[in-house]
Amino acid sequence: MAFRDGPFENIKVPLAWTAAVVVVVGLVGAGMLLLGDTRRTPSADGYAPVRAGFETGAAPVGGVLSAPVRWTGNAVDYVKGYFFAVSENRRLRAEIVELNAWRDDALALKNVNARYEQMLGVKTEPPVPMVTGLAITDARGPFARSRLLNIGAAKGVRIGNPVLSEHGLVGRIMGASAGNSRMLLLTDVSSRTPVLVERTDARAMLTGDGSGSPRLDYVRGAGSVQEGDRIITSGDGGGFPRGLPIGVAAKGVDGTWRVKLFSDRTAIDYVRVLLFQDFSQLADQNALNAPPLASLAAAPPPTPAQAAAIQDVATRRAAAAAATAERVRAANAAPPPAPTPAPQTSTAPATARPATPQSRPAAPRPSAPAQTAPATTEPAPAGAAE
Amino acid sequence: MRRAITVRVVGPLQWIVYPALMAMAATVLLAIPFRLFGLNLPEPVFPIILAFAWPLIRPSMLAPLVLFGLGLFLDLFWGGTLGLWPLSLLAVYGAILLASNFLAGQATIVLFALYVASTGFAFFLAYVITTLSLGNAPSILAVMGQVVPTLLLFPLADWLIQRFDDADVRFR
Repeated sequence: MAFRDGPFENIKVPLAWTAAVVVVVGLVGAGMLLLGDTRRTPSADGYAPVRAGFETGAAPVGGVLSAPVRWTGNAVDYVKGYFFAVSENRRLRAEIVELNAWRDDALALKNVNARYEQMLGVKTEPPVPMVTGLAITDARGPFARSRLLNIGAAKGVRIGNPVLSEHGLVGRIMGASAGNSRMLLLTDVSSRTPVLVERTDARAMLTGDGSGSPRLDYVRGAGSVQEGDRIITSGDGGGFPRGLPIGVAAKGVDGTWRVKLFSDRTAIDYVRVLLFQDFSQLADQNALNAPPLASLAAAPPPTPAQAAAIQDVATRRAAAAAATAERVRAANAAPPPAPTPAPQTSTAPATARPATPQSRPAAPRPSAPAQTAPATTEPAPAGAAE
Repeated sequence: MRRAITVRVVGPLQWIVYPALMAMAATVLLAIPFRLFGLNLPEPVFPIILAFAWPLIRPSMLAPLVLFGLGLFLDLFWGGTLGLWPLSLLAVYGAILLASNFLAGQATIVLFALYVASTGFAFFLAYVITTLSLGNAPSILAVMGQVVPTLLLFPLADWLIQRFDDADVRFR
C-alpha cells in the first residue's frame, strides 16, 4: 500500500513548517561546524582536507580570472615606463648616488660583524630557501583576510611558512595542498605575530583585526614606541626569522598603536614563501636524538650488583667528605703556624661543599665487592655523573 | 468549447538555483586581486540578498539547504571560520520566514528598512561568533566596509522579490 493511500492521505504539512524544520536543522549543523573549527591552530585543523580539496578546485578558476588583470597591469606598467622613462631615469640616478654610500657602510659593517661573530663563536642562522608564487584570489572582509597562492606542498610550502612581498612581511601559510596554498594575512582577525620595535628593542604582539593596519598589543615598556618607528619580526617563539620588515608604527583613530604595513604600498601579486619552519630546523635532529641522550630515557634499571656498587661509592664519598670536614674543623681550632699558609689554601674548596655529603644518611656497607675509591680522592660535586 | 488555461510554473531552478549560482559567480569575480589607485574591489556578501528575498517570495525546503551550501562556500572560499556564514544566513532566512506573513506586500521603503535590519542582524551574528571563537573583535570600520556594499545590493533583492513573488499561479 502506497503512503498516499494510507491514513495520512489527507494530512498536509504547511510548507512554511517544513522550511522552518530545515532551517533549524541547518542552524544546528552550522553550530556543530563552528564548534569543530580549529582555524586558530592550522596544524590541528580537522577541516584541512576539506579546505585543501575546495582550494584545489577553486584555484584554477581564480587563476583564469586574475590572469587578465595581471596582463592589464603589466601592459599599463609597460606604457607607463615608456612615457615616464626620463623622469624615472633621473629618480633612479639620484637613488643610486644615495645608495652608494649605504652600500659602502653595509659592506664595512658586514665585515666587522663577521669578525665579531668569528671571535665570539656565534652560531648564525643559515640562509633560508624560498619559492616565488602568485596570489590568485583575495579575501578582504573583516572576518577573513587571506589569499590563495598558486604554489603548494609540491614546491616545499608547508603550514607556518612566512610569506613576503617585495616590501616586507605579508603573512604566513595556513593551509597547503599539492599545488596551492592559502596565506593568512597579517591583517586577519586571527593573526598574531611577535614583533619588536627596532629603535628600542621593545617586544610587542602584532594583532590583526580585519582592518588595513594591525594593532600593536602588549607593548613592553612605557614610551617604547614612537610615531614612525620601524617594526620588524622578533623571532620569538620560532615561528618567523628575526628581522623581517613589517611596517612603521602609527597612532590609530581609536588611540591604539597600529602598524602601517610596508606590503600595503603596492598590490600583493607576486610573493615569496620562506621555507622556514622554526628554529628546530636549524639543528640536525638526528644528531640531537643520538645516544647517549636518546638512551637516557630508555636506560634499563641497574642490576642489584650495580646498585650495590653505586651505593658503596656514595657511602665512601660521604665518609671521605665527613673526614675532610673534620680535618678542616681541627685545623681551624689549632693555632695557625705563621710561615705555612698551605693548609689554609687547601681548606677553601673543602669548606665550599660540606652540606651535601653530610646530609646523606649512612648506608649499610654492601657485602659484595665494590669499586674502591682512593681515600685521598676529592669528593665529586653533587650532581656529577656517577 | 473550453479554452485551454496556460499555467505558468516557476520551478526552483529559476528562483533558487540560478540566483545562487549568480551569487557564487559574483563572489568569485570580486575576489580577484585587483587594485586601482590604491583601492581594492568591494567584497559584499551576495547571499544575504537571497536570504532576505527567498522567504518573502515563498517558503521552500530547498532554499535553506542552498543557503547553507552558499554559506559553506563563502567560508571555504574566503578561508574563514567554517560555519560562520551558514549560521548567519540561515538566521536571517529563519527570521524573515517567521515574519513573512506580516512582511509580504509591503512598500519598497519598508522592505529596504527590513533589508537593513536583516543585514545588520547577519553581520552582528558574524561579529559575535568571530569575537567569541578567536578572542579578538574585528574592527568596526572594517565591518562597515563590508556592510555598506552589501546594503547597496538592495535593488537586486527588490528585483528578485518583484520578479518571483506570485509569479507561479499555483501560489496565488
